[in-house]
Amino acid sequence: MKIKYSVQKAAVKLSLLFLGAVFCAPLLFLASGSVMSRYELGESLLPLMTDGENLITWRFFPLYPTFEHYRKILFQTPQFFIVFWNSMKIVMWILTGQLFIAVPAAWAFAVYPFRFRKFLFTMYIVLMLMPFQVTMLSSYLVLNRLSLLNTHGAVILPAVFSTFPVFLIYRGFCDLPKGLMEAARIDGAGEWTIFARLGLPLASGGILSAAVLGYLEYWNLIEQPLAFLEDQSLWPLSLYLPEISLEQAGYSFVASVITLIPAVFVFLSGREYLEQGIVASALKE
Amino acid sequence: MQRKARRKLLKRQQSIWQNKNAWFWFLLPSFLGVSVFVLIPFLDVIRRSFLTAVTEEWAGLHNYQIIFANQAFQLAVKNTVRFTLVCLPLLIGSGLFLSVQLSRLKEMQLIKSLFLFPLAMPAATVVLIWKMFFSRQGFLNGWMVGAGILREGQPMDYMGTGIAFWVLVFSYIWKNLGYTMVLWLAGIFSVSADLTEASRVDGATERQCFWHVIFPNLKGSLYTITILSFLNSFKVFREAYLVAGSYPHESMYLLQHLFNNWFVNLELDKMAAAAVCAGTVLFAVILILQRLWDHEDM
Repeated sequence: MKIKYSVQKAAVKLSLLFLGAVFCAPLLFLASGSVMSRYELGESLLPLMTDGENLITWRFFPLYPTFEHYRKILFQTPQFFIVFWNSMKIVMWILTGQLFIAVPAAWAFAVYPFRFRKFLFTMYIVLMLMPFQVTMLSSYLVLNRLSLLNTHGAVILPAVFSTFPVFLIYRGFCDLPKGLMEAARIDGAGEWTIFARLGLPLASGGILSAAVLGYLEYWNLIEQPLAFLEDQSLWPLSLYLPEISLEQAGYSFVASVITLIPAVFVFLSGREYLEQGIVASALKE
Repeated sequence: MQRKARRKLLKRQQSIWQNKNAWFWFLLPSFLGVSVFVLIPFLDVIRRSFLTAVTEEWAGLHNYQIIFANQAFQLAVKNTVRFTLVCLPLLIGSGLFLSVQLSRLKEMQLIKSLFLFPLAMPAATVVLIWKMFFSRQGFLNGWMVGAGILREGQPMDYMGTGIAFWVLVFSYIWKNLGYTMVLWLAGIFSVSADLTEASRVDGATERQCFWHVIFPNLKGSLYTITILSFLNSFKVFREAYLVAGSYPHESMYLLQHLFNNWFVNLELDKMAAAAVCAGTVLFAVILILQRLWDHEDM
């Protein structure tokens, strides 16, 4: 009975591990493709381009591994750098903006029992739950009025005022003991001091969670730049990558790998916060 | 002297911050931004949905009549509803099943991270891989032939037939399964260990323990997971658009494609009416789910 049980457990473990590995398999394809020589890639992917009867083949360990595509992209493709920095710039501005806008707002909702609190907070939640397509036209109208269309501001500003981070960070602030703030108030600390000296450090976990989730989300922006950025030189990586044609598959693989590096770095170093953030995003007041 | 000045400064700070209205200043920047970028323009969208596009004359419900008679709109609504009805139960169910299995293993952290990883992969980086898998000459056909399911020389065209819809479903599950599992696992572990321990001591099997002790405590998680999965389902447009463009096979033509195409053609009157409809429906769904959840809670 006991043996049967542990065999069963091992089988479950193995199949889960296998399935998880399958989920990560695209990473292997990208990594192996990025070090494949131009000739080998051409041979592998030829069926895709000619639309013939043959099927594509793949070697996870290329015959002649080479870094030629990396060298090319890093030293001979200035365009790639422009796009990469577009992405970085957009993400960093959004996250910085959210830090200054969303964190105080979350503090207001979490700490003060003001009059329209319930109503406003419900409104924030509803806004956070609206997909981009519903607010697309409204964003367009206001961006047009402010003549921000076709500038990075068109992507950055609406995202800065997203209500999702407010909600996430709010959850973090709610976990703080109320007595702590009362004690600080009795000791004569001002409201700003309590926020900056008590709230921020103690709820930094929630803020980091919002930042990690935000980074992964905004590194992957498609809809907003597609709608509001006409000029290709303003595009972020997420929109530029698919434009690379299949004939330049090597370039495409390397560009994908480079795009992945920051995201994977954030994912690995912030995994704990990422999970906390996901759990906090669960709406239960 | 210095101390006096400092005290004075402190006092001034307190007069701004130490009153009942401090919340106002904390909330103001965010509220102003939300009003300018979302609330006020959305009111304008509601107004526009009753006007003609160019001349801005009163058109009553004309725009609404047009979109409901529009075939592309009907197709997109049908597909979006179908997609949601297929994906949500599939994602939530498989997520729960895997989480329950996972919650008993020591290697939980590692495996959870493996499933979560797709969340970190930008849609743009998987486009190439999806093409390599699902095109007529792709790996999937290779395996199907190898497994004897398909005959050689008769490859299946996944993206050009109704199967495209299922490719999209797969893509959604791949991306969101980890997210769902994290939420389920949090729910499972919030059920107190004493409770499950006690039931095991009383002789409950694993299965009984799950259905009678853990599962009834997961209803709160179910609500939140449903809402979040529903919202994330709109983001599947990213993969769909990047792999198949603005006009994919009709089985995966979603509302998101329609909005995008209307936007490109500047058909703002239709967009306004459709945005109001979609917003209203979503709002209703959220409220209904919340009601259901509140009811359960009592």
